Amino acid sequence: MDYNGYVTEQRIEGADDGPLAGTTVAVKDNISTAGVRTTCGSAMLADYVPPYDATVVERLKAAGATITGKTNMDEFGMGTTTETSAFGLTDNPAAPGHVPGGSSGGSAAVVAAGDADLALGTDTGGSVRCPAAFCGVVGIKPTYGLVSRYGLVAYANSLEQIGPIAPTVEAAAELLSVIAGPDERDATTRDAASEVSDYDYAAAADGDVSDMTVGIPSELVDGADQAVREVFRDAVEDLESQGAETVTVDLPSVEHAVEAYYVIAMSEASSNLARFDGVRYGTAASETAGEVEGDWNESFAAVREAGFGEEVKRRILLGTYALSAGYHDKYYEKAQDARAWVQQDFDAALEEADVLASPTMPVPPFEQGESLDDPMTMYLADANTVPVNLANLPAISVPAGETDEGLPVGLQFVGPAFGEHAIVRAGSALA
Amino acid sequence: MSEQRVDEAEVEHVASLARVDLDEGDAARFVEQFADILEAFDALDEVPAVDRDADLTNVMRPDEERACLDRDDALRNAPETEDGYFTGPRVS
Repeated sequence: MDYNGYVTEQRIEGADDGPLAGTTVAVKDNISTAGVRTTCGSAMLADYVPPYDATVVERLKAAGATITGKTNMDEFGMGTTTETSAFGLTDNPAAPGHVPGGSSGGSAAVVAAGDADLALGTDTGGSVRCPAAFCGVVGIKPTYGLVSRYGLVAYANSLEQIGPIAPTVEAAAELLSVIAGPDERDATTRDAASEVSDYDYAAAADGDVSDMTVGIPSELVDGADQAVREVFRDAVEDLESQGAETVTVDLPSVEHAVEAYYVIAMSEASSNLARFDGVRYGTAASETAGEVEGDWNESFAAVREAGFGEEVKRRILLGTYALSAGYHDKYYEKAQDARAWVQQDFDAALEEADVLASPTMPVPPFEQGESLDDPMTMYLADANTVPVNLANLPAISVPAGETDEGLPVGLQFVGPAFGEHAIVRAGSALA
Repeated sequence: MSEQRVDEAEVEHVASLARVDLDEGDAARFVEQFADILEAFDALDEVPAVDRDADLTNVMRPDEERACLDRDDALRNAPETEDGYFTGPRVS
């Protein structure tokens, strides 16, 4: 079955020895690989070949991994279905005819299909956890600052992290150990060992939840489809039967998380994507629009019309609007208030519980084409994942079971900052 | 369908600020979609002012010379270059 998981299939050999020797790892196509083209799923970068490796790619190679290629994704990470890629959609190997989730849909699909042992994705508002849930595999969104973003083509800097996708929690934890840790080339990285503990995340995958308290925020459960809620309830009962205590917690602020997330992400995107102008990279104006008669602003605008897809244009325009004079205080400032409120809510909830549990996605995988014409419906599907990015916290999505129609459902655990061990432990009780 | 929030002229204006030309029909479609999206964003009005005390630390390094990207490598992805420089469009 050709499910179109890769944009570019090209092997990159790592060191002879190391913890990932003999292991294949696919890399999302917004993570720079020296000498191997990195498209971000965009026509704008169809021929872009990075002159250097991202820090996480250097660490994969040093750990002995063999990189299998660059995986398909929503254009610049902007999507929940991998249908906005300029290189065609990716089918879901776990539910053919359905989307693999996004934006790291190719990474989750190649792991689900068994074509790579492991994969790296990036998670700005759920882009690792959503495809993991939709493809029936495991995905981790690390604490903001745990993994270097050097060499990641930026979409929304304040929200995004690179994270592992794997068939099991233990394998995802092992990959996280390889890529985690401070990097002088990303000033937002922190040394987790100075925060809470060591980097041996796989050691926490012991499945022992007998001393654990799991908080369940009703705000992230009640809005989910009934089929998803049923699978979630069964998984929670499974945790309880293994000795976990469950408590209900409140996160009133998450009602505003989706709009706060989209205002912040679109605003950051409108600034970040200004660099794509057809001068330093991209397609020259003379090739896209013939000889442009006007000045350089008109030349840039012609290049950007040809190079960007519709979802990217939509977000750049809305971000520009939200930051423009007269609207900055109404949208951007209020979104920052909402972000701080979400952070306070999670801090309070995590005083009462070791981890929080919810469905990763409120819906099972969409059918292909189902959400394309209605962007707001697609944005609302991110309701359970975006609060975690706003709060800078770690989260894992693990397979929780299937709906009656055989569609995968993921369960998300959220932990305290640099509490990756806790979410790995909780997740390993289920997968 | 929500009430129209921005008209085509405003969409065109924002697009020009963002340096993105729009295809025919884009502006009309964006007017409809932005109505839904901006209505959702309006719910941020209900968010209370929150005391934001971000715990931030400056990250510094010594100002010492170190290796950086080679000029040829930096220029390699540019569609047009001249004498070791990027070639841009006319300024005016």
